[in-house]
Amino acid sequence: MSNAPVNSGRRKFLTLTTAVVGGVGAAVVAVPFVKSWSPSEKAKAAGAPVTVDISKIKPGQLIRVEWRGKPVWIVSRTQKILDELATLNDQLRDPNSQEPQQPEYALNTGRSLKPDIFVAVGICTHLGCSPTYLPDSFSEQVEGVESGFFCPCHGSKFDLAGRVFQNVPAPLNLVIPPHYYVSDTTILIGLDKGDA
Amino acid sequence: MLKKLLLGTVDWIDARIPMTETWNKHLAQYPTPVNFNFWYFFGSLAMLILVNQILTGIWLTMHYNPSAEGAFASIEYIMRDVPYGWLLRYMHSTGASAFFVVIYLHMFRGLIYGSYQKPRELIWIFGMFIFLALMAEAFMGYLLPWGQMSFWGAQVIISLFGAIPIVGDDLTLWIRGDYVISGATLNRFFALHVIAIPLALVVLVFLHIVALHEVGSNNPDGIEIKRKKGSIAEHEKSKFTFHKQYSAKKDIIDAIPFHPYFTVKDIMGVAGFLIFFCAVIFFMPEGGGYFLEAPNFEPANGLKTPTHIAPVWYYTPFYAILRAIPDKLIGVAFFGGSIVILFFLPWLDRCKVKSIRYRSWKHKLNIAQFTICFIVLGVLGALPTTPLLTKIAQVGTIGYFSFFIALWIYSKNEKTKPLPTRLTFK
Repeated sequence: MSNAPVNSGRRKFLTLTTAVVGGVGAAVVAVPFVKSWSPSEKAKAAGAPVTVDISKIKPGQLIRVEWRGKPVWIVSRTQKILDELATLNDQLRDPNSQEPQQPEYALNTGRSLKPDIFVAVGICTHLGCSPTYLPDSFSEQVEGVESGFFCPCHGSKFDLAGRVFQNVPAPLNLVIPPHYYVSDTTILIGLDKGDA
Repeated sequence: MLKKLLLGTVDWIDARIPMTETWNKHLAQYPTPVNFNFWYFFGSLAMLILVNQILTGIWLTMHYNPSAEGAFASIEYIMRDVPYGWLLRYMHSTGASAFFVVIYLHMFRGLIYGSYQKPRELIWIFGMFIFLALMAEAFMGYLLPWGQMSFWGAQVIISLFGAIPIVGDDLTLWIRGDYVISGATLNRFFALHVIAIPLALVVLVFLHIVALHEVGSNNPDGIEIKRKKGSIAEHEKSKFTFHKQYSAKKDIIDAIPFHPYFTVKDIMGVAGFLIFFCAVIFFMPEGGGYFLEAPNFEPANGLKTPTHIAPVWYYTPFYAILRAIPDKLIGVAFFGGSIVILFFLPWLDRCKVKSIRYRSWKHKLNIAQFTICFIVLGVLGALPTTPLLTKIAQVGTIGYFSFFIALWIYSKNEKTKPLPTRLTFK
């Protein structure tokens, strides 16, 4: 600052106000630059949530929908299967879902919102193949367990809660996508309840 | 006649910008310690590689197509169809690895000779920012071929930001610009890789050298060549003429001008370097799978992860630290911390003696264990994990961080050897 013989109070005031206004301007200008990095409308449309009508699903049936380019499974589990899930713990790698592969609300034995309806991303956590649903011949893979998922690529095995068995290549349980029930028979996949 | 014309032109320019003045101040009359050894090649080599990267990079962008649909094919096009495209690309990809070889050796030189100590803290800080910018530059460049390792490497590294509490997931979404790594990510990484970060790098290198020339180079003895005015007898002073900016206030001892003495020496270094550099370019451009990794010869596929994801070799020490910690957030914190702590080196070392030559056995031992830990971590970071290797990586991580802690403790009252009054050289 020069020590010119002028009104320094006025000079300080002008410098300060100019700096503040300029700073606000700079901050506002930053908005388009920062925002332009967010997903474009095109990306959002491609990544939009999908709604699935499950009114016609039969017990034991699996239906497949696509969400963000990945297969998502919806399986209707019978009481028999649910009873079986509770007995598998000592054969599983992560029976209590310690690894964050699911939203908070799916942190239970069945890894689901409703016990009978199971929703999961059908991508093996090993190399990304899509495992095969074996509704009644899974005992060939794991003795005494009637149904499960078997990955044909490298032999990873998952139970009907998507929990990975021990001694297979896959390290983690299957991913449970964010989802919620819009109505009793409609599931929205891609958002948690309450998200816009 | 011609000479007169030439001198006239120089005078004409000098009256308008300080050309001769700058040449003298920073080259022909710039005092440089006489005892620079092998370790002092790497600064000029780093500059050479920067020029190589910028030049080959500009030429590669002329043929490269930054889109998810076209990127992989355009690399094949450069390799097969563009005249000498293979050479430009191998110069660029080998240059990336060579850059890190040279920078790591350059940093190690600073470490052993205490070149980060007062009054050279800012040189070190600017250097650390260069290192950081270089890591970002290399990481973004690695996505551009759009191969399997490009894709999954970026997937893993961007996911690291997801470990940050609260904002993590939104931040990764913002960085990717999509829910998965996609063309949007590729395009922005391309922009950052070819414009934003190179600009920042050039500015940082400029500041690094401005800071260096203000205080002058350190040297293997860690004693200054600029002494208090009047403290040096006339016959002991350096016989060369140095720019008045250096000689007016200080007596200069054991120094020679940078040009021609070190320009010529550095050209020797360049020749030696080019032998190795060209050998890699021509005979092992993939660097045994460490410079260009095998899965990257397969196009990116978001539905299929390669069996073993490993970062390029120059990140492996830090990656090993990340994996050694069995908790995602703490792992990321240590990973970041392992780089951030280097910034504080000038203040963690409280010893007044700079060079390892005159420091205690504790310091020598500490540097040795740090070097071993860094190399071991580097090897481990490239291997798949097993419980035993994870244990070793944990020991290495402890060694890495305890270097800084131990340094801070013993350097306060370190038992050092007496410093010489003159630089030691033959």
